Amino acid sequence: MSLINIISYLLIFTGALAIIVGLLGVFRMPDFFTRLHAASVIDTMGTMLVLVGLMLYSGFNLVTVKLLLILIFILITAPAAAHALAKSALHGGVKPVLGKEEQ
Amino acid sequence: MSDRIKYLHITGLIISQAVLWLLLSGHYTPLLLGLGSISIILVTIISLRMNLIVYHQPEIGLQILNFIPYGFWLLVEILKSNIDVCKRILNPSLPINPSLITIKASQRSELATVAFANSITLTPGTIAIDVNGNMIEVHSLADVGIEGLETDEMNKRVKQAEIE
Amino acid sequence: MMFEIVTYMILFAMLLALISAIIGQSVYDKILAVNIFGTITVLFIALFGFLTERPEFLDIALVYALINFITTIAILKFFEYGDMGRSSHINDQADI
Repeated sequence: MSLINIISYLLIFTGALAIIVGLLGVFRMPDFFTRLHAASVIDTMGTMLVLVGLMLYSGFNLVTVKLLLILIFILITAPAAAHALAKSALHGGVKPVLGKEEQ
Repeated sequence: MSDRIKYLHITGLIISQAVLWLLLSGHYTPLLLGLGSISIILVTIISLRMNLIVYHQPEIGLQILNFIPYGFWLLVEILKSNIDVCKRILNPSLPINPSLITIKASQRSELATVAFANSITLTPGTIAIDVNGNMIEVHSLADVGIEGLETDEMNKRVKQAEIE
Repeated sequence: MMFEIVTYMILFAMLLALISAIIGQSVYDKILAVNIFGTITVLFIALFGFLTERPEFLDIALVYALINFITTIAILKFFEYGDMGRSSHINDQADI
């Protein structure tokens, strides 16, 4: 196993850990808007680490281009989806919980 | 609008479709290349009939070359705030302090404002909820996110990437 | 061996996302969970392609990413306005 494979495996593993931490956040957060913050950890950290790890693993060919296209597409659409969710939840009557939250 | 701009747009559409086909297909046999050209022609004809090609293009408010260093800076910011949010999630006492603030975007073109709002949303810990003209309403998870926005650095950097 | 552990972790994450979609209280919680599930599925398909050494699966992942975004926006539009065919000149607000 070469060095670059080890690095890519570590990146993918960290990405999978970030996804599970983000889902834990979705379960723990008290209201909808704070859950969105936890979900954006999955959308940025999880996808970036996993896809960059796969890019390193595959070397440089057409597969890398496809992975890069998926990454760019997710990084462009994730904030649009999060903003659409937040806006329609606010207009749909979900009140954000503000101030210090005591667990 | 003059014919020249129209043909420029159609050529751009065809070239970008061809590049996308060549990158995604990976097989360069005559049959598949022929099928590719047929689909490109079909898509171009259909988008012309549906008037999907916008001739009065909105002014592109971002200089691509200036935008690349901003992308790298944004990447570092995303990593930092990701680690911060992960720490807060894993902390047993859940130290969060959600708040709604309104900040001002000083970009001139609409596209740059969109880029700024998307950068805010992409960074974990802050979400742009509503955009009214120049004012962006931001929901923030903890005080750190607000401090990062109130130093105004992201705003200034997007403004720098704008065409003067 | 190298990818199997990570693939099982991603499968576990998909299970967690499904559970959070089932127990979500409001409609928006459920849509958020389905969106997360879609994102994780894209990563799962990409990883599965490398696991079975057939990177052609990436095409399916790309299409899944496209459909996932459109699904979220369409369902949100349906719940916000009651139908999907609202024409945009009725009021000035942007759609998403």
